[in-house]
Amino acid sequence: MSVRRLASEQPESFVFTPENLAWAEKQITKFPEGKQASAVISILWRIQEQQGWVSEPAIRWVGEFLDMPYIRVLEVATFYTMFLLAPVGKKAHIQVCGTTPCMLRGANKLIDLCRERIHPEPFHPSADGMLSWEEVECLGACVNAPMAQIVPDTYEDLTVESLGKLLDDIEAGRPIKPGPQIDRHHSAPVGGFKALTSPELYDGSMVGQGVGLQAAREAIAARAAAAEEAARAAAEPKPAETPAAPAVKAQAEADKEKVPNQVKQNVPASDPAVRPDAGKKE
Amino acid sequence: MLSDKDRIFTNIYGHHDWGLQGALKRGSWDGTKTILEAGRDWIVDQMKASGLRGRGGAGFPTGLKWSFMPKQNDGRPHYLVVNADESEPGTCKDREILRHDPHHLVEGCLIAGFAMGAHAAYIYVRGEFIREREHLQAAIDQAYEARLIGKNNVHGWDMDVYVAHGAGAYICGEETALLESLEGKKGQPRLKPPFPANVGLYGCPTTVNNVESIAVAPTILRRGPSWFSSIGRPNNVGTKLFGISGHVNTPCIVEEAMGIPFKELIEKHGGGIRGGWDNLKAIIPGGASCPIIPADQCEDLIMDFDGTRAVKSSFGTAGVLVMDKSTDVVRAITRIAYFFKHESCGQCTPCREGTGWMWRVLERMSRGEAEKREIDMLLQVTTQVEGHTICALGDAAAWPIQGLIRHFRHEIEERIDLYSRNPKPVERQMMEAAE
Amino acid sequence: MAKIIVDGIEVDVPPEYTLLQAAEAAGAEVPRFCFHERLSIAGNCRMCLVEVKGGPPKPTASCAMNVRDLRPGPNGEPPVMLTKSPMVKKAREGVMEFLLINHPLDCPICDQGGECDLQDQAMAYGVDKNRFAENKRAVEDKHIGPLVKTSMNRCIHCTRCVRFTTEVAGISELGLIGRGEDAEITTYLEKALSSELQGNVIDLCPVGALTSKPYAFQARPWELVKTESIDVMDAVGSNIRVDVRGREVMRVLPRLNEAVNEEWISDKTRFIWDGLRTQRLDRPYLRVDGRLKSVSWGEAFAAIAGKVKATSGSKIGAISGDLAAVEEIYALKALIGSLGSTNLDARQDGAALDPSLGRASYLFNPTIAGIEQADAILIVGSNPRKEASLVNARIRKRWRAGGVKIGVVGESVDLTYPHDYLGAGPETLAEIVAGKGAFGEILANAKRPIVIVGQGALAREDGKAVLAAAAKIASAPGRDEGWNGLAVLHTAASRVGALDIGFVPGEGGLDVAGMLDAAGQGALDVLFLLGADEIDTNRLGSAFVVYIGTHGDAGAHRADVILPAAAYTEKSGTFVNTEGRVQVANRAAFPPGDAREDWAILRALSDVLGHRLPFDSLGELRKGLYGAHPHLAAVDSVRPAGITDVAALASAGGSLGKAAFANPIHDFYLTNPIARASATMAECSALAAGQLAAAAE
Repeated sequence: MSVRRLASEQPESFVFTPENLAWAEKQITKFPEGKQASAVISILWRIQEQQGWVSEPAIRWVGEFLDMPYIRVLEVATFYTMFLLAPVGKKAHIQVCGTTPCMLRGANKLIDLCRERIHPEPFHPSADGMLSWEEVECLGACVNAPMAQIVPDTYEDLTVESLGKLLDDIEAGRPIKPGPQIDRHHSAPVGGFKALTSPELYDGSMVGQGVGLQAAREAIAARAAAAEEAARAAAEPKPAETPAAPAVKAQAEADKEKVPNQVKQNVPASDPAVRPDAGKKE
Repeated sequence: MLSDKDRIFTNIYGHHDWGLQGALKRGSWDGTKTILEAGRDWIVDQMKASGLRGRGGAGFPTGLKWSFMPKQNDGRPHYLVVNADESEPGTCKDREILRHDPHHLVEGCLIAGFAMGAHAAYIYVRGEFIREREHLQAAIDQAYEARLIGKNNVHGWDMDVYVAHGAGAYICGEETALLESLEGKKGQPRLKPPFPANVGLYGCPTTVNNVESIAVAPTILRRGPSWFSSIGRPNNVGTKLFGISGHVNTPCIVEEAMGIPFKELIEKHGGGIRGGWDNLKAIIPGGASCPIIPADQCEDLIMDFDGTRAVKSSFGTAGVLVMDKSTDVVRAITRIAYFFKHESCGQCTPCREGTGWMWRVLERMSRGEAEKREIDMLLQVTTQVEGHTICALGDAAAWPIQGLIRHFRHEIEERIDLYSRNPKPVERQMMEAAE
Repeated sequence: MAKIIVDGIEVDVPPEYTLLQAAEAAGAEVPRFCFHERLSIAGNCRMCLVEVKGGPPKPTASCAMNVRDLRPGPNGEPPVMLTKSPMVKKAREGVMEFLLINHPLDCPICDQGGECDLQDQAMAYGVDKNRFAENKRAVEDKHIGPLVKTSMNRCIHCTRCVRFTTEVAGISELGLIGRGEDAEITTYLEKALSSELQGNVIDLCPVGALTSKPYAFQARPWELVKTESIDVMDAVGSNIRVDVRGREVMRVLPRLNEAVNEEWISDKTRFIWDGLRTQRLDRPYLRVDGRLKSVSWGEAFAAIAGKVKATSGSKIGAISGDLAAVEEIYALKALIGSLGSTNLDARQDGAALDPSLGRASYLFNPTIAGIEQADAILIVGSNPRKEASLVNARIRKRWRAGGVKIGVVGESVDLTYPHDYLGAGPETLAEIVAGKGAFGEILANAKRPIVIVGQGALAREDGKAVLAAAAKIASAPGRDEGWNGLAVLHTAASRVGALDIGFVPGEGGLDVAGMLDAAGQGALDVLFLLGADEIDTNRLGSAFVVYIGTHGDAGAHRADVILPAAAYTEKSGTFVNTEGRVQVANRAAFPPGDAREDWAILRALSDVLGHRLPFDSLGELRKGLYGAHPHLAAVDSVRPAGITDVAALASAGGSLGKAAFANPIHDFYLTNPIARASATMAECSALAAGQLAAAAE
């Protein structure tokens, strides 16, 4: 991680497309009332999808939209390294994983290729402005190392040749195929499956198996019997138990009041590690 | 070798329909209602009995964790948060669940949510997993559509499952940093206590579980805790997704029994070490934070919590990184040190300052530009970071370096000797030769 | 209470105490950087690590762990904490080393040098060797305004400044951007901080990353003479320490007083000191042929004597200014009285405050600390953020604790905490008095309400009626026993003291408006201005104006005779703050040139006028003062004023007007002659005006 700064050249303003705006408004509804700041990462990400990077006016826009102080949005934008704070290659920004598992399988050669073909420095677009690259930390596809991501897809099991071909295809505007660039099915071993080869796993014969379910039924019956016993002990005639899930229902009833998205949280977030208050309207 | 019928994740390679229909056919959502009807306490007891230990690396018993949630509701909602911020180098198992077997996770969210009195679950997926996020969201949408989850669903327990995501920060895999990130802040870990079970997301009781821990729960409950605990050895039971990467012939993800010997794992699934078993130099058994294990200790290595601990390493997430004799092990660990420096959140002093220092020293060492006494100094610096930080990233950054010095000190020393004999970088010597 | 054994000493502390507090209770010193009593706990510096027995085998941050979180011993023994064990020593040395590896070795040119926590703790807990062979980190300095200078290489990322600005000052402008070793403190795009309390981050910063910009490279702490005193920039009476080198005030720092300013001061209090050096009146002047001419004290006095003797008592008047100490007001009152005049007034703004209605009618009765007990707060005609920044900070502190409703009648302004804006003028107030509306109900049901009445609501035709309305709310039935919620918020440091000693028109006397009218009509021959610069001096007609004061401001420009006096740092004087707290400011430096302390000037003048005042020393003056007004002898305390006066005031009538309340202070930085002479304040004022304009766009 190096020092991350906003780009020196910034657009005048930022506007979301109507579709993205509607999408952003929907994101907020995922979170309880007053916690709209939770949507900051996903909205910044959508901004990056729309304009290719995160501009300064967009950061302010998010601050207004989510009622967050600008500095808090800037903190988020600079903390999370997927946010690109300056424009990158127009056609593709190639993120080569350089962490040890990929490094062991030749990631450094891929990086050398990027230096050679795109630009000696990461984040700098190529001469024609079409491509750029960076070395990223582990992207979580270590069994398909070495790999690179060109958002939103990953390109795995790369070699210098196959990455070179990818770059050729991108430059030429030809379609590229995500996933392993060798003859391989996702994360399965090369040369064929060594597990999950039994057909009965997939023909429906796994359904209805299991002693656990039987135990559950027994537990339910035992509880019903105990309840009946208690009712009899109380010497009161009791209506027949409803067949459907009394315990679940009871718990659900009891908790009806606190379905998170409907309940305004009156308990302050007595966050002990209290960091600077979240928003202007604390 | 684990038989196919004992595998929980039967579509891990994505060779069948990952959607609801495929999942139903493979046994997901089977008897879920019965499980819920058996009650909250029953579920927690079964989970405890199964012996499942958290699959996120720390290995904390899952059933016990669930039981920490307050039984009585004080008016605050409860939350289940699923940690899908899989970012540790060497670890890539949750990715396969998210993209190829997501219904295990969605069903697990319902059951775990019920068991802890939560009506909302947030699955926090690392930002880079974009396609994985799409699959997961599609699976959730299918489950809503089929009224398996959501309000007034067929199971009688209102459960909303939301997908949230990060944007490139390993530290958000730490549970309290994840909560901070979920609240729209920088992912800087919180101080504990209070623990999330009391004060978690939005100040409410929260349990944070790894994807795999939640995703295996439905199957464990369906097939019974004794089935699960019969696999593996005591205290290290069940099945586990292993990732095999690095210098093996066929890197892959595979679900295997806990306690599988390392050699068996590599031979059966990894296609053997590149260049043969004798070409093995060392392994990192469970992700970058686990100390390195040299080849001579791999011979009889048992792949589980206790087996790896016996060789002063740890099981982590069972993402095995194999290094053959061609590996520049100093450089390999230096790259890991760089990773931790890059991912330090900058909050607390030892990690913020220590990770950069350790990496810089290692960077020099990997070129030989160091003094031998600096090896001990580096070791001492790692102990100044370890155990002194707010979260475990400090420890995670220190352990690989300690492992390196423990087992490969001689390589560092040789390199220093080489450099002091001819203080020219190796690369420059090669360039000069080429001219 | 919970027992805990700290280094072998068993102490009994409240269970919610942190380990750090428990250690202090046991007399064990625990070093810290990020922890601060008045800020939230960050736990990030890791300097306060201690060893806890029974816990995990690693050190624990003592600032973040409560005593109740510790487990007792196997047989129920109290938990054991060690602050001097080898583990703790190693941990501290380790953390200290980490803090220092990237900290520049620029102590010789660092303004924090000599009072630096890092320096001190490095001496106490560090090691003397450097093992760090890499390059040190370089961080770009940030511009965060004209008051706080940054030197970001020195930052240790404790985030005290971020927490202070967001939590106490209520502005979310500072943040920690980036991450890891590249994390940096900054404002959004390096905009200047907008808080009136921002200077406190200089004190909070444990290193030299944030230092005082005006004070930069001016002095070293060890060459300064420190004098404890009282601030006069507003009516809060903040406790300050004035640091002087030679004759010059080099800086002003806060002093701890929980009841008043806690440990904060406003920026005006802190950065005013350059105004003490410029525009100073350092010798007597006499207007000759329309131009002010430097003269001797004797000549000045003779000229005054000539005018006074040529007129009668009823044509003499005196107005006391906002920065005058009680002693000189007392002396002036005695002098004017001896000349046969009852034309006295200290209410330059014409506020409808009358000491005859009882002391409770003009005090901030609930006290500043009492704000923390309030369950509802109504602010009428005031912007406490600008009129009394620390009162505002206290209201914000109360709001942060939760469970209080705050309403505002008057101008709608940003108070840094959410509040209900109820309306602009007296009509809204009348509705609230009648218990109407949501907020009227809240106040009616409140046990400990506070009604803050600003000078903007009092310095107007219907001021008395507004005060009565406020008193009505405060004295309504159902309040807690002994609770007096009427809170008059003064803006002038000398106002309460002047009202306490009755510096208001006597029998048949003229008030400020009356004196201005009389002077304009030629009915007032001689007018004494004791540092009174806030009146309209253009209306003084041909009256002979004697200005006793410190700065070449409005009063001096109009004066016929200028008698150079001492500023608040140059004399010992009593000030009574808005709560009625009596406090004494001490002399930290000497007045410049021929300037003299005000009481001494008046004493000498009285001699020339033939009405020698009955004291030859400040001690004798005070003896007389205390005899006449015994409560002024009770320094550092507030004599509670009776609620019965408030009840009586409530029935005092008058009808409310219609005009909206206008706040008295719009430019926080330029409220008095010293501030107007300060280049720093002028810069802040211009910046604030620019920010206001930018916000309006």
